[in-house]
Amino acid sequence: MEESKKVYWKGIEQLANNSEFVKNAQNEFAQPGPEEDLGHSRRDFLKMMGFGMSAVTLAACEAPVRKAIPFVNKPMDTEASIADYFASTYINGGEYCSILVKTREGRPIKIEGNALSKITNGGTNAQVEASVLSLYDNARLRGPKANKKRIDWEDLDKEIIGKLTEISAAGGQIRIVSNSILSPSTKTVIDRFKAKYPTTQLVQYDQVSAYGMLKANEESFGSAFIPSYDFSKANIVVGIGADFLGGWLSSSIEFSQQYAKTREVSEEKKEMSRHYQFESVLSITGANADYRTQIKPSQEGAAVITLYNLLASKAGRPTVSGGNDKINNLSKAADDLWSNRGKALVVAGSNDKAIQLLVNAINDILGSYGTTINTSLTVNYKQGDDQAMANFISDAEGGKLGAVIFYNCNPVYDYPAGDKLGAAIKKIGLTISTNYKEDETGSLVNYVAPDHHFLESWNDAEPKKNHFSLSQPAITPIFKSRAAQSSFLTWAGESNADYFEFVKDSWRTKFFATQSASPDFQSFWDKCLYDGVYDLPEAAAVAVTFGGDVNGAASAIASNYKAGKWEVVVYESGNIGNGSQANNPLLQELPDPITKVVWDHYVTVAPKDAKEIGFSESFTKVATIKANGKTVELPVMIQPGQAAGTIGIPLGYGRTKAGKVADGRGENAYPLVGLVNGSLSYAASAEFTIGEKSYQLAQTQTHNTYMGRKAVIQETTLASFKSNSKADAFEPAISTWSSPDHKVDPETLSLWKGHDYKNHHWGMAIDLNTCTGCGSCVVACNVENNVALVGREEVIARREMHWLRIDRYYSSDAQADDWRGVEEAAENPEVVFQPMLCQHCNNAPCETVCPVAATTHSSEGLNQMAYNRCIGTRYCANNCPYKVRRFNWFKYHDNRQFEEVNPAMNTDLGKMVLNPDVTVRSRGVMEKCTFCVQRIQLGKLNARKERRKLQDGEVVTACQAACATGAIVFGDMNNPESKIAKLLKVRPLYKDRPTVNDKEADNARAYQVLEEIGVRPNIWYLRKVRNKDAAKA
Amino acid sequence: MSSDSRFVPLVLKTDTEPHMNKNFISSACKFFSLVFVFAFINFTSSAQEISTEPAAIKAGESLFNANCKACHAVKRKLVGPALGGVQDRAPSIQWIKDFVHNSSAVIKSGDEYAVKLYNEYNKTQMTSFTSLKDEDIMNILAYVKAENEKVEEVAAAPTGGQQQATQDTGLSGKYLNIVLIGLVIILLLLLIILGLIVSALKRFLDQKELSEEDREVVHSPISVGSITRSSGFIFIVVFLVAALGFKAVINSLFSIGVQQGYAPKQPIAFSHKIHAGQYEIDCKYCHVGATKGKNATIPSVNICMNCHNQIKQGSLTGEGEISKIVAAYENNRPIEWVRIHNLPDLAYFNHAQHVNVGNVECQTCHGPIETMDVVRQHSLLTMGWCIDCHRKTDVNTRGNAYYDNLVEIHNKTGKAPMKVEEIGGLECSKCHY
Repeated sequence: MEESKKVYWKGIEQLANNSEFVKNAQNEFAQPGPEEDLGHSRRDFLKMMGFGMSAVTLAACEAPVRKAIPFVNKPMDTEASIADYFASTYINGGEYCSILVKTREGRPIKIEGNALSKITNGGTNAQVEASVLSLYDNARLRGPKANKKRIDWEDLDKEIIGKLTEISAAGGQIRIVSNSILSPSTKTVIDRFKAKYPTTQLVQYDQVSAYGMLKANEESFGSAFIPSYDFSKANIVVGIGADFLGGWLSSSIEFSQQYAKTREVSEEKKEMSRHYQFESVLSITGANADYRTQIKPSQEGAAVITLYNLLASKAGRPTVSGGNDKINNLSKAADDLWSNRGKALVVAGSNDKAIQLLVNAINDILGSYGTTINTSLTVNYKQGDDQAMANFISDAEGGKLGAVIFYNCNPVYDYPAGDKLGAAIKKIGLTISTNYKEDETGSLVNYVAPDHHFLESWNDAEPKKNHFSLSQPAITPIFKSRAAQSSFLTWAGESNADYFEFVKDSWRTKFFATQSASPDFQSFWDKCLYDGVYDLPEAAAVAVTFGGDVNGAASAIASNYKAGKWEVVVYESGNIGNGSQANNPLLQELPDPITKVVWDHYVTVAPKDAKEIGFSESFTKVATIKANGKTVELPVMIQPGQAAGTIGIPLGYGRTKAGKVADGRGENAYPLVGLVNGSLSYAASAEFTIGEKSYQLAQTQTHNTYMGRKAVIQETTLASFKSNSKADAFEPAISTWSSPDHKVDPETLSLWKGHDYKNHHWGMAIDLNTCTGCGSCVVACNVENNVALVGREEVIARREMHWLRIDRYYSSDAQADDWRGVEEAAENPEVVFQPMLCQHCNNAPCETVCPVAATTHSSEGLNQMAYNRCIGTRYCANNCPYKVRRFNWFKYHDNRQFEEVNPAMNTDLGKMVLNPDVTVRSRGVMEKCTFCVQRIQLGKLNARKERRKLQDGEVVTACQAACATGAIVFGDMNNPESKIAKLLKVRPLYKDRPTVNDKEADNARAYQVLEEIGVRPNIWYLRKVRNKDAAKA
Repeated sequence: MSSDSRFVPLVLKTDTEPHMNKNFISSACKFFSLVFVFAFINFTSSAQEISTEPAAIKAGESLFNANCKACHAVKRKLVGPALGGVQDRAPSIQWIKDFVHNSSAVIKSGDEYAVKLYNEYNKTQMTSFTSLKDEDIMNILAYVKAENEKVEEVAAAPTGGQQQATQDTGLSGKYLNIVLIGLVIILLLLLIILGLIVSALKRFLDQKELSEEDREVVHSPISVGSITRSSGFIFIVVFLVAALGFKAVINSLFSIGVQQGYAPKQPIAFSHKIHAGQYEIDCKYCHVGATKGKNATIPSVNICMNCHNQIKQGSLTGEGEISKIVAAYENNRPIEWVRIHNLPDLAYFNHAQHVNVGNVECQTCHGPIETMDVVRQHSLLTMGWCIDCHRKTDVNTRGNAYYDNLVEIHNKTGKAPMKVEEIGGLECSKCHY
């Protein structure tokens, strides 16, 4: 590679190239295996041998008797070993996803997206993918409880009804507290409850509130709503502290899909959107941006004002006072926005109504309303009312409440004033929780009436206006739980408390008449259940007139924000989210997309601000952060891209009653959230001191590093790509004596004869432009392939088992020897995400070194791994240039040592999630990505059973299915009609041997990682294109 | 089940030429009887005569299999009476139609034949098949009639085929015997020739003048002792013993975990010999999963109850065993069968691939299941056994478009049929993942 190329680095350790990093990078296995340092003698060998022989002899004497127990009455359409899919809905507070639940023998084992949904369009995210394991959480309540003691549902109902009637008769206030309720039927149920007990009020809050936006829209347009944003129509996107590819507005799936549509480029479509991001903490949205500017949270308002003034002066509107013209890229963004009026979108993450009001004004100038923003298609993910919740807390503290029902929410943990609420709960006469766990709130109340898990429930949802979605149970309730809605109906004295009937009836009255396709209700209902979604015609877009007071907003901003020496930002991380699923080990072991930390809580700090710590992987120091009167102690994570003077703390940690997985990990960051301008503010000025205590964070960022090889990441700018679609392409050449210029394409050189793939040739294409790095593919792969979770200690020992990892590279234009440039880069680097998995090489280096032929090549291009043949020499992993092979250092199943971190293989309940089509690997064997061979086999079998050819799209790998943006395309490259063949434009390299493995991809962006070593992978990557100006950015 | 040689002629006979003649004759008969009907009887139905058209018989066959087979056979009593000759027994064709459509109404109307039938079969009511149209019933009758006649014909000469079959299987064995006998004769001849050479040499040496020592050597008596003491003999014996011992150890190691012949006692003494052998119930009638998925599935109790709702007494065990099924059904308690065929968890096997796609007979792996009172594991179920079959078996590509590419490429290389091995049937990831 030429000298002018960029330098990529996975972490500052690599940039600094310290001795520890070098040592670890050179060893495939960082530490010797647990048995290698025991010093076995010949005697031990003989003893083991003797024991082994006798054990085998004994084992052979009598085979265990195994039972086969068929149904008594087999349900129709259910066959053993054949998966059933049920359309349903993932609802977690205000989070929504339309899903298909894959069940085997009555157990949900995998969640996939529902392509019929017009909102999530078949996409999922990491939380949705992982939620199937939450169903089998051992911390779930087994049944209702009264004052910590088990109780029957009848007795519970009797006692609660008695007390409610008493309180209501005495005029006592009753509150139902919940997160945003998406379900219209649930709201009707609560209305019934209110009718019975008229003093009842519903208080909704959100863990991450958008109340400021609701208020801003009320002031701008007259009603409090959150509109639909359409990033797919935006040529220019400006995000100011809005992590819209992550947690912002709980719409990551939808926004990622829309955003990715504008980021696809090809030789036919050489246009893409341009994305400016202004933020403090490096989010995945910022990582994907073309221009990223670091600002302090207190500057968010100033940035919005400046942007408003720049645009207002262009539009001839009056400007407002304030602003900060020192913020990089703002005027450039304003120019771009102005020239793309009607195709532009500005979003801000702040929960301050003043800032949101100015953003509305900006979008109004840009003509976004009616184009990229649809105000008549309102969304319901965030209905939380910060004011009502604050009133509720003060009422509770004042002892004004007679009864409180916490409907599937946990405010003691995830509301900033949770500790006050926790203390005040004792003052309330009757407290009930319907949470399915005895969590921080549930453990303080009088009665716990556990709701089902969402995979066991009937429910409906209205995520957006006129878009409806049904939930249906995919499994019989595992424990003696009861639908919370049934509880409400029972307590309201309804004669029929069956929530299923209730939902069905409300759909009959509400929707049946709105359609004509189904003649009778049953067939309508069946169709809705089958589809999982039902859409009414979308309300026509109404023109809105902006009527907000921009001057008032600007002065509110000026008075509310003062720059502090240290400013803290609390945010939803890409793995744990808001903490409601913190007890899910799949999420704990999913590396955070940016920091790559697992199992640990941390505070992100800019490299400049943590100079005294130095860049080391194995050690950092614990810092003390004080904000809003609350102090937390957390280890420091040095984060390139973090704005200097700011620190970031992810939410979702510090659980105390969530279960074995989450309890005691990190600190609760919710109490750091304060109140600004009438709504919750997720940033505050803070005191920050780095202490003396040292700590080691478990992070995967430098694990599996390539040594000195440069052709791993390829990228270019849109300007270069337009002039030459092969611009910045690295096309390696091998020196030979025979050819005239002594350089040949490595593709044409081989010692091998090549494989003949007569029927299928499986291949994959991964688009680095549309991969946002979110990590849902990693979780999907874990669930689909029974990949073991190993826990914090083992990750530190570099023994994580993920078959698919997402490598996150930082880069800058500076050269490695340009020390000043390197340091600059560390402050605000560019980021590339690269999913890395087994490349299924056609000339696989692992295959040639296996002494027992446990890893071999198939006639369809797969690099196969036979676990039972493997004797664990690990030669293959040492010889793998991509470092994608994983060794089972321990027996991760049925091993009490791993019970806490890997419940899916160690507890009876957890084991129900295992995919019965994939072997659970044992100790001492190697494993790796199989291209979901079980799905390939199933697809082929279905085609053969129906005596037809295999269609493209029938075989979908788990990672591909989970990818909301469609960055991963998998298919049969021998089928010229397949999506992958068309995308890559593959053709056989040799015309006389059309079936041979050697194929050339004519897509100008396609490249293979480490092409020059000639292993001929079956995975192509599509070069990343940044929409930057050709000149140095 | 048709792999059993006894059924071969049955299959062969269906569409052969003599049948055509019969068709012609019967259509002639039909013509005359139609004339007869027209002449003398008040014509009530458009087609009261049972058709012998192949199309009607074929349509009837599928209808019979779909609707009647669970309770009726052509030649035997099952839950309901044998249907062969029903057109002659029943009062009229119209009566049959009425009875099929709504048997209880016919019985209630006090129809003498119907009431007699009802009482004879333990007051079992036949399901009403209102969905069957008149012509459907006529087609079923056509099938029943044809089947009834055919079976009789076949029964007359079933032996030829069987002999043919046994000859087939005995052929290679016989050759082997002949070769062996030939070898033994040749070896004996060699021995005699060697003996003759030795005596001729002795005589030749006797005629020469030899020293005393040499003479002793020539005339040394060959005793048993001298042979057993010879180092060559000891070596051979030691080698043979060691080799046999080694082979025995290897064989026994290979048999670890192999449960061939495993025939555990089951909670219910279910006999495949009666169900699959005697009553010829199709395997897939009970093992419904065999064509669909991985597991052939042990039938759920409700499938047993399709028949055992009525059949409460078994021929071998009386009520004892069948009552266990009824008890399981009534108490909603599943039956815990002992699993016989246990593949290790690391091996993936799919019944649908073999039974449905490959069209492999159940007996190929499960042995003569229709002769087993107690099911035993017939095959080794080892990997070697799987691979062996994959090497030998032709891929069932006929009418399966999935294999088109493979067949096309294969046909360029030669005329030999395409084996499973050639399309990746021996690859690790076909069965292990």
